[in-house]
Amino acid sequence: MLFDRPGPRTRRRIMVGSIVTGLGLGALAILVLVRLAAGGQLAEEKWGPIINPANPLFVALWANLGLALLNNIEAAVLAMALSMLLGTVLAVTRISLPRWGRWTVVAPMEFFRGLPVVIAIFFASRILPELGVDLPLLWYLVIGLTAYNSVIIAEIVRAGVASLPRGQSEAAAAVGLTRGQALRAVLLPQAIRVMLPALISQLVVIFKDTSLGFVILYGEAVRFVAIAIQELHNPLQLYLTIGAIFILINYLVGRLAVWTEQRLTHPGRRGVAAQEPAAPTGEAMIAGTSTAGG
Amino acid sequence: MDIILDNIGLYRDGLLKTLQICLYAGIGSLVLGTVIATFRVSPFPPLRATGTAWVTVFRNCPLAVVLFFCAFGLPELGIHGAYFWFGVSGLVLYTSAFVCEAVRSGINAVPLGQAEAARAVGLTYAQSLREIVLPQALRSAVPPLGSVMIAMVKNSAIVGAFGVGGELFSVQARLTSAQGLALIPVLLGVAAGYLIITIPAGVALGALERRLAVVR
Repeated sequence: MLFDRPGPRTRRRIMVGSIVTGLGLGALAILVLVRLAAGGQLAEEKWGPIINPANPLFVALWANLGLALLNNIEAAVLAMALSMLLGTVLAVTRISLPRWGRWTVVAPMEFFRGLPVVIAIFFASRILPELGVDLPLLWYLVIGLTAYNSVIIAEIVRAGVASLPRGQSEAAAAVGLTRGQALRAVLLPQAIRVMLPALISQLVVIFKDTSLGFVILYGEAVRFVAIAIQELHNPLQLYLTIGAIFILINYLVGRLAVWTEQRLTHPGRRGVAAQEPAAPTGEAMIAGTSTAGG
Repeated sequence: MDIILDNIGLYRDGLLKTLQICLYAGIGSLVLGTVIATFRVSPFPPLRATGTAWVTVFRNCPLAVVLFFCAFGLPELGIHGAYFWFGVSGLVLYTSAFVCEAVRSGINAVPLGQAEAARAVGLTYAQSLREIVLPQALRSAVPPLGSVMIAMVKNSAIVGAFGVGGELFSVQARLTSAQGLALIPVLLGVAAGYLIITIPAGVALGALERRLAVVR
């Protein structure tokens, strides 16, 4: 906390301030609505297809938008699965290789990390057909997304393995497991737990980036909206709608990541480490501030 | 290789245009993001709510949607301008959410005793934030801010994909569609253009991170 708990006078001031702000925002909202109405942006033909079920275009719009969104989800799920697979392989290869041989993995990783995702997707759609690999558009998007995200997931896996206590890999070596066996049987299964929140957050990134499918004319939601606008002439309304849908989905996935993280750091069932009696909160706070100050 | 060398001028102009977009968007998002971050830690609840809402909206919305909204939605509201500025503003809005979270993580890294000491000597909230907390917070926010800025350079390619002519990504359209040059070398040139920004920036950031590391 950067401020003291407010006293009665400050609380009163905050209350008054909040009410004034609320009124101000209300006035601003009315002003915006008036502006929109004056510009004809609240008209039935602009909003009807989106919010009025009686509108003849309502069903067609939402059915097709739903199908387009499913295309986003399909691409995101495939890219996530492939990235996790490839990312784990990359991380394991990088850890297992002797130091002098690591550049064989690190160089391609740096290449795809530094390349904008939109360009990776575009390249996949243009270069692969040139090389004689003809795929449905979905796969160019998935390949482009995987090229970038597998590198990020490889880093997450590496950090996850590195976060485990040293004793784990030492014990694995002591019972005679090779480096690869130790990774597979001992380290990775434990690292997955640590990595889970970061992996779920990466799913948000991937889902957002499926919208880049518009660059290669893949039939995802943003491209569908761009086409629908040519018929409906309501860019403001449709982009607000598609934005809200993305925000809602990603917000929920993001909450899931936070929830998972909290479950993992404060598990309901006590593990071995949690069995020591916890210090009283007050004492912990004093100890925390004194070390922090020094 | 010849194709890249023959058109090196075009690539250079594209690179400069990309850097120009990134310069404006970088300054804009750093300022805006820091302001939103101070909102998020403010003692005044409406400001905190505004900051949280801002971050939730722009962090969860695809940049493509933000850009399309700026370019095609805003003109409907009577806001007109060049595509270039719509692209820059979209990038600023989107990036500001990530800058805000980086700065906030920096603020959280400042020891509590600092803010308490500032209050104890009688500084007001705004003074303690400005004089004590933010200078230290920005120092430890440098590594995450660097990553955000590198991500922004890469995101500027999306601004190019949706129609700001002349920047690095649109160079390929000009060379392949208009001049019918072989695709693969042209695209590799574009990739190289981004990589000569992002890879050295990443290396420099790593070095900076080690120098700035504060022992607490």
